[in-house]
Amino acid sequence: MALASDPPKDGFRLSMLIYDTRFRSITIQIVVLLLFLAGLVWLLHNAYVNLEAKGKDFDFHFLWTRAGYDLAQTLIPYSNDDTHFRALIEGLLNTLLVSVLGCILATVLGTVIGVLRLSHNWLVARIMTVYVETFRNIPLLLWILLMGTILAETRPVPKDFRVTEAMKAAGEEPKASMWLFDSIAVTNRGTNVPAPVFDNSLGVVDIGWNLPVSLNALAVIAVMAASFWGWRRFMARAKAVQETTGRRPVTWWPSLLILFAPIIALLYALGFHLDYPKITKFDFTGGFQMLHSFTALLIALTLYTAAFIAEIVRAGIQAISKGQSEAAYALGLRPGRTMSLVILPQALRVIVPPLISQFLNLTKNSSLAIAVSYMDLRGTLGGITLNQTGRELECMLLMMLIYLTISLTISSLMNIYNKSIKLKER
Amino acid sequence: MSDTSFVRTEMLPPKPAPVSQVGVVKWMRENLFSGPLNTALTVFGLLVTAWLVQAGAPWLIHGVWNANSLTECRTIIAERWGPEATGACWAIIRVRWNQFLFGFYPVEEYWRLFLTFAGLFLALAPVLFDALPRKLIWGTLLYPLVAFWLLWGGPVWGPVGVLVGFALMGLAFTRLAPKLGVPVAAGAGLILAAVVWLYAVGPFESAMQSVLPLALPEVVSDKFGGFLLALVIGVTAIVVSLPLGILLALGRQSDMVMVKALSVGMIEFIRGVPLITLLFTASLLLQYFLPPGTTFDLILRVVILVTLFAAAYIAEVIRGGLAALPRGQYEAADALGLDYWQAQRLIIMPQALKISIPGIVSSFIGLFKDTTLVTFVGLFDPLKGISGVVRSDMAWKGTYWEPYIFVAVIFFLFNFSMSRYSMYLERKLKRDHR
Amino acid sequence: MKKSVFFGTVALVALVAGAASASTLDDVKARGQLICGVNPGLTGFGAPDANGNYQGFDVAACKAVAAAVLGDPMKVQYKALTGETRFTALASGEVDMLARNSTWTFGRDTELALDFVAVNYYDGQGFMVNKSLGVSSAKELDGATVCVQTGTTTEMNLADYFKSNNMTYTPVNIADDAEGQQKFLAGACDSYTTDASGLAASRATMPNAADIVILPEIISKEPLALAVRHGDNNWGDIVRWSFYALVAAEEYGITKANLEEVAASTQNPEIRRLLGLEGDMGKKIGLDNDFAKRAIMASGNYGEIFEANIGASTSIGLARGLNAQWTQGGLMYAPPFR
Repeated sequence: MALASDPPKDGFRLSMLIYDTRFRSITIQIVVLLLFLAGLVWLLHNAYVNLEAKGKDFDFHFLWTRAGYDLAQTLIPYSNDDTHFRALIEGLLNTLLVSVLGCILATVLGTVIGVLRLSHNWLVARIMTVYVETFRNIPLLLWILLMGTILAETRPVPKDFRVTEAMKAAGEEPKASMWLFDSIAVTNRGTNVPAPVFDNSLGVVDIGWNLPVSLNALAVIAVMAASFWGWRRFMARAKAVQETTGRRPVTWWPSLLILFAPIIALLYALGFHLDYPKITKFDFTGGFQMLHSFTALLIALTLYTAAFIAEIVRAGIQAISKGQSEAAYALGLRPGRTMSLVILPQALRVIVPPLISQFLNLTKNSSLAIAVSYMDLRGTLGGITLNQTGRELECMLLMMLIYLTISLTISSLMNIYNKSIKLKER
Repeated sequence: MSDTSFVRTEMLPPKPAPVSQVGVVKWMRENLFSGPLNTALTVFGLLVTAWLVQAGAPWLIHGVWNANSLTECRTIIAERWGPEATGACWAIIRVRWNQFLFGFYPVEEYWRLFLTFAGLFLALAPVLFDALPRKLIWGTLLYPLVAFWLLWGGPVWGPVGVLVGFALMGLAFTRLAPKLGVPVAAGAGLILAAVVWLYAVGPFESAMQSVLPLALPEVVSDKFGGFLLALVIGVTAIVVSLPLGILLALGRQSDMVMVKALSVGMIEFIRGVPLITLLFTASLLLQYFLPPGTTFDLILRVVILVTLFAAAYIAEVIRGGLAALPRGQYEAADALGLDYWQAQRLIIMPQALKISIPGIVSSFIGLFKDTTLVTFVGLFDPLKGISGVVRSDMAWKGTYWEPYIFVAVIFFLFNFSMSRYSMYLERKLKRDHR
Repeated sequence: MKKSVFFGTVALVALVAGAASASTLDDVKARGQLICGVNPGLTGFGAPDANGNYQGFDVAACKAVAAAVLGDPMKVQYKALTGETRFTALASGEVDMLARNSTWTFGRDTELALDFVAVNYYDGQGFMVNKSLGVSSAKELDGATVCVQTGTTTEMNLADYFKSNNMTYTPVNIADDAEGQQKFLAGACDSYTTDASGLAASRATMPNAADIVILPEIISKEPLALAVRHGDNNWGDIVRWSFYALVAAEEYGITKANLEEVAASTQNPEIRRLLGLEGDMGKKIGLDNDFAKRAIMASGNYGEIFEANIGASTSIGLARGLNAQWTQGGLMYAPPFR
């Protein structure tokens, strides 16, 4: 505030620090800073005294001691002989996995629902409204618990899939059966799907920190990338030929050949086949199992966040003036094309900022994973490690720091994107 | 004369429109089956609805209200609807509804809860309806202390002492503000009040209590649970976070570098971490940062952290409101010669808050839903905490859906009506902004 | 406008925040209430009933201490503590004692700033499975999915046991006993592992109890003990001897019903010392000489408490086993009152 009510006087008196609006703001700032520092010192001093009194210290060495507990589903190898730090990383990866998938699925679902809510179809619009209101007004924790319960209580237990000799003899059918030609089994514990295996495997290499990388996967990715690159070259050549000679060479079968022959040859050479899940003594083995703790959390987070995103999308679309769609119709665009070419690109500018905060919310909300025993960061570092080592101060501070880093990273990335699509103002 | 055999002298009555263009059929054609995609969507929607009804209806219809245990429920359902039938056991709600609503609050003191709840509406009335006389706002300001006394009980003189502190603070503020400016006067008032609260309220309470004992039976915080707990945490946090959020939002817009940096740091920190870590801070870490030997109520600690959490979100909502104000409003205030606080109080805030109302209400709805997370620090929230207690009773082991549905319905009714009210308010307050 | 409310809260904080005191006993006496940390919902050991009053085996220990110190077993304020918050709550002074089925381990005793004073239940970790699995030993659980409560010693024991037997398993980390039972009953895990007492209690309440077996292996020692804050030895003594008074009372046949009668007639010097008729036992720990008498009056002797809450006559139906008196082949052994 540069509005001095009095003309400046000569000289400086101490009282001007309070009474003179020019100096007052500096005084206030210094006082605020001092108060802040004093508060900080007070807190740190208390922490020091309290730690001393409890005979505890503040150090993070426990992160490098043996964890001693097991985790159910991890992205990179883990055993109870690994360190607490490794467990932390496992938890962090699980958090990121569910957050990233959740954000993608919620965006897709939310956009569809947001558009359908504006549909002229009375029934569909009503159903979507009911959906949005139901999910927005009931706590997320309930949805997570409910999804967990639904999956655990309504799907059959693994042993219901078993066909015993006695049943065969009697011609009985098992209580439950697998889907898609006996390849997918959804039990009350998880979803079992076939997994790729290679008979002539190239093996795996450990790139350090016990991080195995499958050479088979690398080879497959390399060959696919090479084919794609070759195909692009081929199409460019075809275009060049067309432009010089005016005749377009036949491209369909060479395209197919370039795109698919190498990868099929590679898979054949590696002895690729699918490993189907089979029921054994306790559960399905073989194939790949995705536990319901993950599925339930993902579904609940997706459905809940999608309701919010739907509202954001709807508001974004409604913010575009009607003239835009009328102009598009006048140009002869069909409703679908109007939506995708005219409305959505403009609506995106309105949609993206609140969408970012929904992504952040979803990531933070994934910390409720403990309700369905999904071992995320809060489950490992903030749960078991904290409990077993009794180092709540270190664990909680570290956990906050990690979440803060994730949040700030997402929001700054999204802000960059937001700037890039911003309307260039005159 | 003329061989015209027929001349129509009257008009034909208009023919009814084709069947496909009137009534139900037209409506259905236009709204449900206007194209292949729409038809597919309609059929899909009908199938989903039918499936939901088919899956849930029998269970709901077979519900049993009069029973004393889950096994009794099951036998009744088996008797009535056959051995294969499944049904809801609402008896658990009938027997334990009071715990879902009020936790373990003593039954004979329930009148205090009803009084507090009714008081909440009375206190809100002057805020919600501007037709009422302005003086009633003093009752609103008094309400938090009255509610505190009613809920927790104890001698009335403690809250009265706190009130005296507030009165002194207000007095000091109004006396000093014209001379020293708002921030300094507020600081001075605060220090005065803090001294009163720290050193005078305790002696005052015991002295007055010995002269004129006036007390309600004390109810400790551990007895709080269910929706009572959710409301106490939610309402306190939102009410306290509103002024705090305004201060933070102003701090974020401030020209003073220090104030701005601190406000931004605080807002971004709190918005960057999940609420659950803040709750764990309340239950596990706060003890490290307070003077040794200090302990106080877990609910109070949770309320403080939840308040800070809400304040950061409210601050962002209000910042949006401030940003939406046309620049001219600020300039007009400056042109009138108003100082910063006068401009805020008379021109900026009334408009910014009005724009922010939907955001504030949705923050509150979010906060109210988030109160269920207190279960993770051992408080009895309605969803997991109380349900867990009820299920640990032998009679109700194995009931899962009914408590969830009951709690979900209450949350829904509460939040849905609140969001509808905010929409109404938005329309009512809409003046010039589009 | 309403910023005042916030400052009011701060003021209340300052009011509620008690001054630090060196002695827990003084604090408890000044407060007129014992604050006891208990399980929020473990049938038989500690759980609130329909009226919100806590009942159970662990809760009875709180009542005995309250009776000994304050003369009234009802003067207890129960704090429900989760597995995660229990030790912090004790260390920070939020509760005066912990009776929340907590295993006494070296790490907890030394690192967590607390002292375990007396074992009130000797337990061990076991496994529960459905009969239809055809498993008769824990050694056959290779590849099974196991439900285990998170933040407990059982989690670590489980990892150790499977590792030492070269077996693999999928853990399902659950938050509390109720959730564990739910998951197990729904078949979300093949086996549920927790303290054998907890397994028995769970099994007793399951609708298909006959189909469920508890495997013979006990894979760990779980001495569930009462705990107090580290550093206040006198308070530790009070809790310890209030509890041992219950054990000794059972040994000498003193029950809630015959307490007065025994006190009037007994000539046994040990009993006379226990009941405060001779010597000044109570004075030495800062109480009066009747403290043990009041502790026993609260809910009876150790055996009576056991029978009333978790014994054979209750629906939980635990046998005394290791928790019988030493004279009966158990481990309950009160040091002499001398």
